[in-house]
Amino acid sequence: MSDYFFFIGLPYAALVVVIVGTLFRYLNFGFGVSSLSSQFLESRELYYGSRPFHWGIIFLFFGHLVAFLFPAEVLLWNSVPVRLLILEIAAFGFGIAALVGLVILVIRRLKNKRIRVVTSKMDVVVYVVLAVQIITGLWIALFFRWGSSWFASTLTPYMRSIFLFNPDIAAVTNLPLFAKIHIVSAFTLIGLIPCTRFMHFLVYPFRYLWRSPLYVIWNWDRKQIRATRNLYNGVKQKNT
Amino acid sequence: MDIRSQIAMVFHLDKCIGCHTCSIACKNTWTNRKGAEYMWWNNVETKPGTGYPHKWEDQNIYKGGWDKKGNSVRLKGAGKFKGLSTLFHNPNMAVLEDYYEPFTYRYEHLFEAKAGDDQPTARPVSMITGEPMTPKSGPNWDDDLSGSKEYARKDVNFKGLSDAEQEAMFRLERMTMHWLPRICNHCLNPACVAACPSGAIYKRGEDGVVLINQKKCRAWRMCVTACPYKKVYYNWSTGKSEKCILCYPRLETGQIPACMHTCVGRIRYLGVLLYDADKIESAAACDDQDLLQNQMDIYLNPHDPEVIKAARKNGIADSTITSAQKSPVYKFVKEWGVALPLHPEFRTLPNLFYVPPLLPTMAFVENESYETTSESFWGAVEKSRLPMKYLANLFSAGNEKVIEIVLKKLMAVRLHRRNETVGDLPAGEVTDPMNEVKMDKETADAIFRLTSLAMHDERFVIPPAHREEAIEMIENTAKVEGNTGFGFREPPKRGL
Ligand code: HEM
Ligand code: SF4
Ligand code: SF4
Repeated sequence: MSDYFFFIGLPYAALVVVIVGTLFRYLNFGFGVSSLSSQFLESRELYYGSRPFHWGIIFLFFGHLVAFLFPAEVLLWNSVPVRLLILEIAAFGFGIAALVGLVILVIRRLKNKRIRVVTSKMDVVVYVVLAVQIITGLWIALFFRWGSSWFASTLTPYMRSIFLFNPDIAAVTNLPLFAKIHIVSAFTLIGLIPCTRFMHFLVYPFRYLWRSPLYVIWNWDRKQIRATRNLYNGVKQKNT
Repeated sequence: MDIRSQIAMVFHLDKCIGCHTCSIACKNTWTNRKGAEYMWWNNVETKPGTGYPHKWEDQNIYKGGWDKKGNSVRLKGAGKFKGLSTLFHNPNMAVLEDYYEPFTYRYEHLFEAKAGDDQPTARPVSMITGEPMTPKSGPNWDDDLSGSKEYARKDVNFKGLSDAEQEAMFRLERMTMHWLPRICNHCLNPACVAACPSGAIYKRGEDGVVLINQKKCRAWRMCVTACPYKKVYYNWSTGKSEKCILCYPRLETGQIPACMHTCVGRIRYLGVLLYDADKIESAAACDDQDLLQNQMDIYLNPHDPEVIKAARKNGIADSTITSAQKSPVYKFVKEWGVALPLHPEFRTLPNLFYVPPLLPTMAFVENESYETTSESFWGAVEKSRLPMKYLANLFSAGNEKVIEIVLKKLMAVRLHRRNETVGDLPAGEVTDPMNEVKMDKETADAIFRLTSLAMHDERFVIPPAHREEAIEMIENTAKVEGNTGFGFREPPKRGL
């Protein structure tokens, strides 16, 4: 019963919340969407915490994404033991980096009074979820080897079934407890995106890559200003 | 030619009395909010001195501004690759310690303290944590402290001055100082705009005001690093960057910015400059010694029929062109050539110009007495207390010749006016300096008039914003009646 709740109910709830919630928040409370940097108040420890945490978590995220999208290729890669080892050790390394970074970030927040002033209740939730997520991940990597190979027969079909709206939880119900927690906390994390600072990675500024350095906005189209015939056409000028 | 219009400013440093009224006007209008306590969109610093934030001019520390790279420029401490890869922790960002921890005093305690043996005191408390603290620095901690070891000698503008010259500067009888009021320069090549990954910072096409869209800012903080003048501040409470907005809601309704309106010394001037946007890149990317001249060449003569024609073609309103013709800034900067940009070597093409301070009297110690007499009436400009090189490092990327000419022009005006009002100077002592800088009496009188006598409407020529037409262009006014205006539709509250 609880398996239905955790592996069907929760994932769908999380997906609905993240889609509806982020859109709602972005459109109605856009002012609050920010990385909420606290570097201004404390910079040194942030360096030792934020850099490893982010590089670790981002590599892990893309690792999981690749594994989910191209399971066959990952299995092929793993067919040579050395390559499997390289992959697992690299992933474990990024996991450790993320964990160490997270610990430093938490300590920084606890001991620095200025940072405590800008800590919200949701930040605490964020830390707890991330800690559970990273620790269970590392635990699995250590004690249920080799995840990068066995996931293909258990997790990929399950995830596929979720996204194809035909949930099949047979494979995941037999997983060890830590793997189950890892899945549950992952969906919790996704569901928390609109209610926390997690919003900040959804607004990653890709467009900066091809933007020109000077950005000018005209309140009206400057070549049209004299053309009174256009005065009442109600067409919104584009600002580019 | 791509003509645009820019609202530009002139600050006349000889007139600044260092009263900080401008800073307070700005603070009370815009930054007396949580998270903005430490922001001084307008600040007045004592020079020589380290300024605010501490040593802001030292780009080895803060990595602000642009570097020349071939025929173009590149951000020193931000940009596409550097910026996007250091979002998680920005290595060159100015942080609280570079400014100061904002504080207030527990005044209530004076009234609420229980009766006791001692007088109650109002202890200083941090405006961030609310806890008692000992203030160790502040926005004007070095106010008037020029000459001090801690501040003046750490000024970063002594490049090219020998140790002996520096020592001489700080000898008691030669010690000197002036004030440097600063606001955002609303640059033509703004580093803050180029550095913002979110595209939240933009330059307004119609008047050149540089603004941060508070809804689009995501606290990536690259602007704080990139602005070489350190005029973008990060609001630690809302998680958004903020900067001087040139009081645009006031400008749009024909009022001048609060700092200018309240300026006690009446040192400030505001008006339109027309410029050629096609030349921005080449002007920003030229060699150091050409920077000043190339920036001056960007600004166009608003009386030139060709320019007027091209401006009209580019959609610049007639009212703006008329304002440009009356612009006091155009007169100071282009016609008379007595106002210079601050640190042109940062390559942002700033639009705030300074008339450098003329510090004529040269004192020396003779027979153990303090002598201020000089051979000519006001002493020679070359011998002014503040070494020419120092002013050159501030206002002309190190070019002393430029400073010398400007100071000589200012001196010629003074001598001419002395001659007109008192008439006690030998003829040569007036005409020679005027001939040297090729200044006729009419120009000298005009400079004198705008410097000393001009009333509000001559010092400030604001082009009409024509917001009414702008609104009509983008919206059907009948449909949106009561909908447009200034302000947030959602409260500016920190996100989760
Ligand atoms: C997509 C790329 C990402 C970028 C550009 C980014 C950027 C940032 C920035 C600028 C901060 C503020 C740091 C400061 O205080 O100055 C931050 C904080 C944070 N980010 Fe990210 N982030 C990204 C991805 C992620 C991901 C994937 C996660 C977790 C799932 C994450 C979790 C966090 C957390 C928990 C904090 C708070 C750190 C603290 O102050 O203790 N970020 N991020
Ligand atoms: S002074 Fe700084 S904040 Fe102002 S426009 Fe220039 S670069 Fe931007
Ligand atoms: S108000 Fe005017 S005179 Fe006073 S400090 Fe500011 S700029 Fe100088």
